[in-house]
Amino acid sequence: MSEEFLKNRDFVVPGDEILKSMDYLPGRNTYREGESIHAKKLGLTSVSGRVVSVIPLNSVYIPKAGDMVVARVIDIQSNGWVLYVSPICNAFLSLSGVRQYIDTNRMSLASVYSINNLLYTNISAVNQLDSVYVTMQDPKARKLDDGRLININPAKIPRIIGKEGSMITMIKNKSGCRICIGQNGIVWIQGREAEAVIEILRLIESQPYAEGLTDKVAKMLDNMKAEEIKDDYGDES
Amino acid sequence: MIIDEGYIAALAAKGVRADKRQPFEYRKIEIQHSPFSKPEGSAIVKIGNSTVLAGIKLGVGVPFPDSPNEGVLIANAEFSPVASPEFEVGPPEEDAIELARIVDRGIRESHAIDMEKLCITAGEKVWMMNVDIHILNHDGNLIDASVLAATAALMNAKMPEYDGEKINYDVKKKKLPLKWKPVAVTFAKIGNAIIVDPTFEESKVLDAGLTVSTKDDGNICSIQKSGSAGFTREEIDMLLGKAVEMGKELREKLSHDASILKF
Amino acid sequence: MTMATRVDGRKADEIRKLHIEAGVLPNATGSALVSLGETIALAAVYGPRMLHPKHLQASDKAVLSTVYSMVPFGTTERNRPGPSRRSIEIGKVTRQALEPAVFLAEFPKTTIDVFINILQADAGTRTAGINAASVALADAGIPMRDLVVAIAAGKIEGEYAIDLNGKEEELTDCDMPIAYMPKDNRITLLQMDGDMPLDDVRKVLDLSMKSCMQLYEAQKLALRNRWIKAAQQQEARTEG
Repeated sequence: MSEEFLKNRDFVVPGDEILKSMDYLPGRNTYREGESIHAKKLGLTSVSGRVVSVIPLNSVYIPKAGDMVVARVIDIQSNGWVLYVSPICNAFLSLSGVRQYIDTNRMSLASVYSINNLLYTNISAVNQLDSVYVTMQDPKARKLDDGRLININPAKIPRIIGKEGSMITMIKNKSGCRICIGQNGIVWIQGREAEAVIEILRLIESQPYAEGLTDKVAKMLDNMKAEEIKDDYGDES
Repeated sequence: MIIDEGYIAALAAKGVRADKRQPFEYRKIEIQHSPFSKPEGSAIVKIGNSTVLAGIKLGVGVPFPDSPNEGVLIANAEFSPVASPEFEVGPPEEDAIELARIVDRGIRESHAIDMEKLCITAGEKVWMMNVDIHILNHDGNLIDASVLAATAALMNAKMPEYDGEKINYDVKKKKLPLKWKPVAVTFAKIGNAIIVDPTFEESKVLDAGLTVSTKDDGNICSIQKSGSAGFTREEIDMLLGKAVEMGKELREKLSHDASILKF
Repeated sequence: MTMATRVDGRKADEIRKLHIEAGVLPNATGSALVSLGETIALAAVYGPRMLHPKHLQASDKAVLSTVYSMVPFGTTERNRPGPSRRSIEIGKVTRQALEPAVFLAEFPKTTIDVFINILQADAGTRTAGINAASVALADAGIPMRDLVVAIAAGKIEGEYAIDLNGKEEELTDCDMPIAYMPKDNRITLLQMDGDMPLDDVRKVLDLSMKSCMQLYEAQKLALRNRWIKAAQQQEARTEG
């Protein structure tokens, strides 16, 4: 982890006092006790304006409405599809969540999405962790066909996306690969340079705060011959 | 986690593997001898990310009536839920029992231990040897790792003193009467491709598996075919040969001593 | 109260050689290995994850499930695998020692599974297990109020000492394990078997809590090594 990056941040473990002041507000992964703000999770402190938060270094994916995820069909019921999203929950895709009208008397649900199909889909509602809904009625949503799949620590996904999508946009543009980043840590990659892209994603996952990471990634990308970019498929930035 | 099953199967057909290994190449193998002081013998074995412990405990008991002058071997394996999100709390299920039986047969049928030397008084008192396998992290091919760990533990085991009445576990000196070092080599068939040392992901897509245990002289002492597809006669011939050859390489690893877990 | 001289030459208030390592199991969400002398405890955390069957779920919070078990070769005489009355009780008090530290309400209807394996038992296994579980939970990124540290103290031939080993435990007539949340100043596990005057119980508690602070620093260091030092070492490797 680069000295530069760590200069304004502290490594904290649960319970550590980050600061003691009523002028600041407890943000993500922190809690207030009396005048102090404490870390709730293992991670690095981050102060933005008056908000104090902790950037987690490890986490499981907790579904949040609006997130794009890569999910797999694991069951088909009479009124929709059950999708695996993460160890914490499955999600349900109902008939109203797909783009076309399905007359269940005339066609089987499996003819739309069958078991083991992969979907890039949008979390539409989280009532409780056992009732999570997704929708394909989202411009970015689609069925994913032949490609590579990798699992990334969900805590590192924001780093892979980068500030306002800067990192992933660079990777997509320079590699010519189609990439769908699931907030759940599952990433789908399609293209001739998929293997090289996986290597880059693994590098970012293992050294998210290394000095000059962006330059290093750019260099690796320049070393591969870019394919023509076919469309803006799966752009979540 | 979603496993890229189609990709692994497609790769196998091309003779390539996700971790860039050759079809007949093992992952990195590390062995730590005698990590623990309580068991009479112990070892930690790592094959890639699969980590397995073996421990040997010796006690004194009554021999079986049909072998009154031989010690007793009992092998047991536990798939602890620490090792995989798929393992659950509870009594051993069929995979754990199968694993324990392969370890048992590897030691028993190879006559790795001279069981007659474990007799104290014929028909009355013999050494009871418990070989326990404990899985810490499951990334496929638990069988080869377990047999290797059991054999390593047999190699470094020391017998406690016994005065005819009480065992003194504070004094351990004599080595076990170890004659052979059995090792197991496991192959997986994915489609028509055959590989050795399958990872967890590869074992999720395998159609058939074959485990062959061999001893130092190249003799085969146990075979276990698994999975729901079959092997051709030619494949079996080829794999038996490979198992003998690769078994030699595994056996050489047993003399190394790495530091895997630090206490 | 007088302080004991020890079989292994330790001072009465001196804990055994301590080593904590976080993140030892690649498959688990979080994990830790703790050794105190010859006692070795391993903890793995999986979750939060789905909990089935449904009737085990709690609708307002996650269920913290703790399973304590010992490997068959971890003791002088082999112990039979499978749950015992002892291991079930320890599982329960371990859960209750950890529960106050975890923000369980953030994950209703799920389970956070903590599996503790005692790889070698030489007294103080439940407290070693709690230390391992605390580090494993933090390593897993589970939201917590505080870490939980634990240590046992006892009496050897009428004199008091911290962190007894197996040989000392055979001679003891008093054993008092505690678990403690240092930042919150809460004792979350307290058990005692023996025969001690009230005043001495208080003094032994003081002794234990002092050692707890040492364990607290060791837990934090292990987590830092796992997440900061390891990353820096890897970066240095790829640079070179």
